[in-house]
Amino acid sequence: MNRRQAAIAAIVIFGIVAAWILFIGLPRWYSARRERVVAEAAAPAGGAQPAVRKITATLFYVSDDGMALVPVQREVAFGATTPEQARAIVEAQLTAAVPQVSAIPAGVTLRGVFITERGDAFVDLSGDITAKHPGGSLDEIFTVYTLVNALTVNLPAIQRVQILVDGKEVDTLAGHVDLRHPLAKSLEWVIHDTH
Amino acid sequence: MKVRALLAASIAAVCLTIGVPAQQPSSALPYTVVSKDARRPLPVRVVGGQEMFALDDLARMFGLTVRDDTAAGAITVTSGAQTIVLSPQQPLASISGRMISLPAAPVREGRSWFVPVDFVSRALAPIAASRIELRKPSRLVLSGDIRMPRVAARVEPLGSLTRVTLDVAPSTPHTVSQDGQRIIVRFDADALDAADLRTATTTDTFQSIRAGDAPQIVTIDVGPRFASFRAADQAAAAGGTRIVIDLVSMTETPTPPGTPATPPAQPANPETPPLLDLPPAGGLRAIVIDAGHGGDDVGAKGAQGTLEKNVTLSVARRLKAALEARLGVRVLLTRDGDQAVASDQRAALANNNKADLFISLHANASVRPVVSGAEVFYLALDGYGEQGQRAAQASPETLPVVGGGSREIEITPWETAQARHLEQSAAFARSVEAALREHVTMSPRSIQQAPFRVLVGANMPAVLVEMGFLTNGAQEQQLVSDQYQNAVAQALVDAIVRFRAVAGTR
Repeated sequence: MNRRQAAIAAIVIFGIVAAWILFIGLPRWYSARRERVVAEAAAPAGGAQPAVRKITATLFYVSDDGMALVPVQREVAFGATTPEQARAIVEAQLTAAVPQVSAIPAGVTLRGVFITERGDAFVDLSGDITAKHPGGSLDEIFTVYTLVNALTVNLPAIQRVQILVDGKEVDTLAGHVDLRHPLAKSLEWVIHDTH
Repeated sequence: MKVRALLAASIAAVCLTIGVPAQQPSSALPYTVVSKDARRPLPVRVVGGQEMFALDDLARMFGLTVRDDTAAGAITVTSGAQTIVLSPQQPLASISGRMISLPAAPVREGRSWFVPVDFVSRALAPIAASRIELRKPSRLVLSGDIRMPRVAARVEPLGSLTRVTLDVAPSTPHTVSQDGQRIIVRFDADALDAADLRTATTTDTFQSIRAGDAPQIVTIDVGPRFASFRAADQAAAAGGTRIVIDLVSMTETPTPPGTPATPPAQPANPETPPLLDLPPAGGLRAIVIDAGHGGDDVGAKGAQGTLEKNVTLSVARRLKAALEARLGVRVLLTRDGDQAVASDQRAALANNNKADLFISLHANASVRPVVSGAEVFYLALDGYGEQGQRAAQASPETLPVVGGGSREIEITPWETAQARHLEQSAAFARSVEAALREHVTMSPRSIQQAPFRVLVGANMPAVLVEMGFLTNGAQEQQLVSDQYQNAVAQALVDAIVRFRAVAGTR
């Protein structure tokens, strides 16, 4: 009897310990490790400057044959909140990235990003987005979906994107794509195989 | 074994006795081919319950080449540069690679091939260089540019007057006049298709209605008590006109001389169904061509200075001329000069004129100068969320009416009018893509959907055509050339003719 009780107690104790390791110990260890890895990745090589955290985001550029958008992995400044991160992603997308060719005209600046509770992001761009746009349906589609996809692909909290110009709602950028409503992600214009 | 052989023999015998009479061809009333200068009979054979024309007869009348390629098991019918391929076993035909269905497979008899009567409307008409129109009820085939409206009549005694209602399709200018004991309705046409004119009614002011002495006249013989008539026109379904002629009796209205003897003819009840069974094919009345951009909005620019707004206007004008000449359809341009036009205004022109098709013309641009080729777009609804989906599935709403009862009305939100026409727009886009492909080089993305501003408000099938890339040097030169602009216009005319034929036979 005594031996049997001892055996049951041993099994119970073992079970509790195993459960702790499985559900609490291991996740803690892993998350600590991941944070360490991210911190190391974000730390500048010099080490003297304060650490600027970065994340890897998928940005979009026009393919060599001009018929699609190509997803490209790039490092983007870390934003603590979704609006901050959205802002960082759009700014990276607006920055020239030779040898990539962007569907967004050079010189366009970001005036602001607002996100509603429904997950609609409003991206307010400077007037150059229309003034400098070369026109044409295909290019306009690429310009619009570069921004829509860059936000919706990287930030799950953002469902749809509406582009504003100089703080105002616009009909279109260059006469084609309807911008009066927020647009959802569309991977139809994106090459899949290089992803 | 013996039993089985017996069974097989009896089955074969039954098949023979059933099959032979069904295959036995018999003659039927011939069709008449009407052209500007002649009326020629076109014999009809009934094979397996189907009325059929001999391919050789069609070839002789419409200048076709028929080649019976026994080795390949196909019959090839060529008209100009276009080809129809028939297969002896199948109720199908391939028109330049596009499949259409026929009510029956071609049948061989002796050395001749026979095809169902519908072959003329479904296969021949879409590819013919000039118009070919099959009118089954009146057993006519119209060939070339001939104006032959259909006319049907109904006669109703209404107390002191007799009302004669004539339905005319398509709408045709006409005059109604009195000539002794006859009322003459004279149409501005080459001839009349008046198979539905007979009526058995006679009253004291009406005796008979018949095709007149000249081919473009309908004659009404009035009765002995006829005093005067009043005529009124009203629009009818599918682009037709309804002419209402009231014949008034002399005794019932003792009115002083000088005043009209009758009240004006009341417009017939709009609920009255049309007398003519009008096919939707005849429904192409108006087409709106939208020359993209304009004014300050120059659109895309070529390296040599070509502006998209000028190319689109030039092609729009060519297309308008070609459509009016070939189809006799009303064509409206959203702009016929270099002015800015708002997107809503472009769709509104089409909606307000009840256009049947909306075609927006554009020239493309790319950051990559290598890109070239034409593209066709129709609307993608995903940008419009729930609102668009609701509009696509909208059903009529029932509203109560003063005095009891209810009435169904259909509410079309201007914002998403196109949602209801997506399927037709897709079919039309495929027609346009196929026709363009025969005339110009297509881009690898030849047919696409996108949430385009100018298309969403159009309450009819609508497409946007990108004719080529101005950012490609060679294509910029093409886009300003007469040859390329004419090729695009020609392709669009072909596409409309084919789309009309397919929509009409559905």
